[in-house]
Amino acid sequence: MSLVRAEKLVKTYRTGEVEVPAVRGVDFAIEARSLVAFVGPSGSGKSTLLNMVGCLDHPTSGKLTVLDTDVASLDRRAAAEFRGRHMGFVFQDFNLIPVLSVYENIEYPLIMVQNWPEQKRRAQITRLLEAVGMAGQENKRPDQISGGQKQRVAVARALATNAKLVLADEPTANLDHDTAYQVLGLMKKMRDELGTTFVFSTHDPKIMAEAEVLFTLEDGRLNNAKVAAKAEAAHA
Amino acid sequence: MLNVLKIALRNLARYGRRTLLTSTLITLGVVAVLLFIGIAGSFKALMIGQFTDGVLGNLEVHRKGYVASIDNLPLNLNMQPAMVQKVEQVLDKMPQIDAYSERVKFGAMFSNFTETTSIRVNGVDPAKEAATIPLMPGRLVEGSKQAPLLKPGEILIPKLLAQGLKVKVGDTVVLVATNLQGSVNGKTFVVRGILDSASGPSGRDGYIDINDARSLLRMTQPEVNEIAIRLKDPAQLDQVDAQLSRELAGVTNQQGKPVLEVHTWADLSPFSSIVKMIDLLTLFIKIMLVSIVLVSVLNVMIMAVYERIREIGTIAAIGTPPSRILSLFLTEGLLLGLGGTALGIAISLAVIYALHLHKIVFNFGMQQGLVLSPSVSVRDVAVIAVLVVAMALLASLQPAWKASRMDPVRALSHV
Repeated sequence: MSLVRAEKLVKTYRTGEVEVPAVRGVDFAIEARSLVAFVGPSGSGKSTLLNMVGCLDHPTSGKLTVLDTDVASLDRRAAAEFRGRHMGFVFQDFNLIPVLSVYENIEYPLIMVQNWPEQKRRAQITRLLEAVGMAGQENKRPDQISGGQKQRVAVARALATNAKLVLADEPTANLDHDTAYQVLGLMKKMRDELGTTFVFSTHDPKIMAEAEVLFTLEDGRLNNAKVAAKAEAAHA
Repeated sequence: MLNVLKIALRNLARYGRRTLLTSTLITLGVVAVLLFIGIAGSFKALMIGQFTDGVLGNLEVHRKGYVASIDNLPLNLNMQPAMVQKVEQVLDKMPQIDAYSERVKFGAMFSNFTETTSIRVNGVDPAKEAATIPLMPGRLVEGSKQAPLLKPGEILIPKLLAQGLKVKVGDTVVLVATNLQGSVNGKTFVVRGILDSASGPSGRDGYIDINDARSLLRMTQPEVNEIAIRLKDPAQLDQVDAQLSRELAGVTNQQGKPVLEVHTWADLSPFSSIVKMIDLLTLFIKIMLVSIVLVSVLNVMIMAVYERIREIGTIAAIGTPPSRILSLFLTEGLLLGLGGTALGIAISLAVIYALHLHKIVFNFGMQQGLVLSPSVSVRDVAVIAVLVVAMALLASLQPAWKASRMDPVRALSHV
């Protein structure tokens, strides 16, 4: 059973009287424990697709199932609860909460979204800090660490609640290449250790080469030829 | 909740200057209101005390229609002995009554044998009057303050009259009065003391023994035209007024209509208008405080939400329930209100305590050297605290609601 399954997924935005199609009937499936990239030029529909998979946006039509749940039918509150329980997010601009320390940023979803007891929280955060290479930096504020370190903290925050699916929209766009590879390496490592599925978007050819499954989007449509080629290359 | 509190506190600290400015505004508002309540309230209480404890009593009972023509001091609206007895029975049964004093009030001619002038005179039982009007001995600027204040054949006269007619303590004077039947009678009195003027009606009246008054007016029976009443607790004024009015409604004339009426000091004194004005000013200042809190907190919270749109998008995206986002921003507003209020109350109490130590002395009308001791009640402080905190919460509600309803996708793409 696929972790994510989309059938004839459509998303159309309306600007006044004008309808702007962002995603035009795509079908795809994402298996558990995979490292998947949605690639394509700016405006191809990558972020829209990620937003729909992440229950941040509703499809206009089609079917979208995440963890056996028809997420298109979730209302605002239920979608927030679903995200908090099953998903983690990594953002292009890191989006750490500036008034909280590294430790508290990772702790945030454990106290504000879920309600973990303190001892369990501490054990989880300590483990994640070590896993992302931020042990010893836990008391620093976001403005005291580098961009790469911020993204490591963001990955740790996304994994804090033992999310089954982590969605990352252009997670390396604000990082230099070395740091970007380190972050992708970290995602692979966490996928291997925790069995988490990572789905990210990028338009950087070097970064997309790191993905194990690639979905190429052009004008809101999936280019199946490129999907197949990548899959064959992966098996070879 | 503790975590929400912690994050809210840090968010307030993040915009320290803005937080300080808003809290200071709230603090200044609270200080202004509490100081006004303290000073105006104690002025009001002091002046009301001057009227109730120095001249009028808290309540007065009259024949119906007497107060309407009180300027003429009519003698045809006296309470007959049976009515007086009924009133006394009712008053004796009411535990809220501390004391009462029957009075015979009339207008007379006052003469020092060379000059003559008019005077309003109260015939009173000295012991009862002193119990009902405890500040009366304090008004004596000349003459003995030893009880009884008056003996038969003695008179207390107002200072202005004594000065005008050059009358001293121990002098003999004559009162001439016309009674109900139109017959004129005169009686000599020895000046026992000279009274300082008091503000308000009856503040420049003379006093003689009630039996002397009846004798001067040639009353055939012990009539009374006013009964002044002192309460144990002035705060019970309205309740006692209502109860007494109910009880005395049973005293009727031959047509079965009530013949007595009860008036509070406020009905009888023009100062009640000043009291109403002070209350109105207090209300106005409270409304200003509410406006200050509403505008300043609303401004800060709108800015806080606007500046943190991406942050709100982030916490919403990672699954923070809308209710928790709402409570986060409400807590920030609440803390602003609480901080400003706590500081405002602390400063107000310190200033009021300092004013208490260094008494404020002032003159009001004919009265000089009145000492003001500002104070605020726990109730006043609690009302202001609840009002400010409630307004801070109310002002935060709209921005907090907006934050909690924010679309994460739009919020995350906000520049």
